[in-house]
Amino acid sequence: MSSTISKCFWRGFRDGLPFLLVVGPFSVLFGVVAAEAGLNVIEALSFSVVVIAGAAQFTAVQLLQDDAPTVIIILSALAINLRMAMYSATLTPHLGKAPLWQRAFVAYFLVDQSFALSAAKYEKERGWTTAQKIAYFFGTVTPICPMWYVLTVVGALIGNAIPPEYALDFALPITFLAMIAPMLRSLPHLAAAAVAMTASLVFSGLPLNLGLLVAGVLGMMTGARVELWTTAKQKEALA
Amino acid sequence: MTGMIDRTELWIVILALGLGSFGLRFVFLGLVGDKAMPDWVLRHLRYTAVSVLPALVAPLVVWPGATEGEIDPPRLIAALVAVAVGLGTGRTLAAILCGFAALYGMFWLIG
Repeated sequence: MSSTISKCFWRGFRDGLPFLLVVGPFSVLFGVVAAEAGLNVIEALSFSVVVIAGAAQFTAVQLLQDDAPTVIIILSALAINLRMAMYSATLTPHLGKAPLWQRAFVAYFLVDQSFALSAAKYEKERGWTTAQKIAYFFGTVTPICPMWYVLTVVGALIGNAIPPEYALDFALPITFLAMIAPMLRSLPHLAAAAVAMTASLVFSGLPLNLGLLVAGVLGMMTGARVELWTTAKQKEALA
Repeated sequence: MTGMIDRTELWIVILALGLGSFGLRFVFLGLVGDKAMPDWVLRHLRYTAVSVLPALVAPLVVWPGATEGEIDPPRLIAALVAVAVGLGTGRTLAAILCGFAALYGMFWLIG
C-alpha cells in the first residue's frame, strides 16, 4: 500500500517537472518587477511565500506603484484569484475525505499547475484512493513551489542590476498577455477578454482604479452570457 | 517615475492577499465538502481570469507608463506578437520569448 502511494507521489513529481520551464522564468520576472518597484528581497520573497499566486502578485505590485487605494489593490488582486475558488470546488469531490490538515496544505499549494495536472489525473484514475490522490497532488507541487520562492529571490537580487533600456516595465504586460492568449480557446473566453479590455480603456478615467473592477465584472458577465448562447445553439443544432 | 511604495500599505496588501487567497483556495476543500455550487456561480467564475487580466493589461499596453502615457509602437507591436503567438501555439513561454524578441527588435530597428 505505502509503495503505491510513493509511486503516485513520484508520478506527480515527474508530471510537475516540465512546468518549471514556465514557472521558473515567471518567478524570476516577479522578483525583477518587485525590485524595480522598490521592494527589497525579503518583501519580494514574502509576497511569493504568503500569496503564492503569480498573476495576483504582479497585479498588486503594479497597483501599489500606481498609488491605488489599499482596498482596491486587495480586491483587484483577489478578483484574479477567484479562479482558485473554482479549482477548490473542482477538487473537493476527490479530496474532501482527506484529513483537514492535509486539505489545508492542498489549499495553500493550489496553483494553476497543480490543479491542472491533478484534475486531469483524477478524471483518468477513478480507482485511486484519497491517499493516492493526495500523494499525487503533493508530488506535482514538489518541483514547482520551492523553486517559486527561490527564483523570486534570484530575480529580486538581479532586478536592480538591469538598465532601463531593457524596457522591463513592459515585462508584466507581455507576460500577462502570454498567459491569457492560450486560454482564449472558445468564443465565450474571447468575448469576455475583448469586452473586459475595451471596458477597461473606456472606464480608465474612473477614480480609485475602479475601472478595472467594472471591466472585470463586465467581462465575466459577457463570458457567462455567451456561454449560455453557444450551448443553447449547440442543443438546437442537435435537436 | 512612480512614487515610493508605502511600507505599511505594502505589508497590509501582502497579508490581506495571503489570507484572502488562502480563503478562496480553502473555501470548498475545507468548508463546503461535497456540496455542489449553483451553475450560475461556476459559469461566472470560469471567466474571471480571462476578464480581469486583460482589463489590467489593456491600459498598460495602450498608454505605457515608461513613455508617460504616449502610444509607443515597439510596445504595442510586442504586445500584439505575444498575443498572436500565445493564440497560435497555446504556449505561454513561447509567447513571452517572442514578445520580448519583438520588443527588442523594434527598439533596434528604430534605434
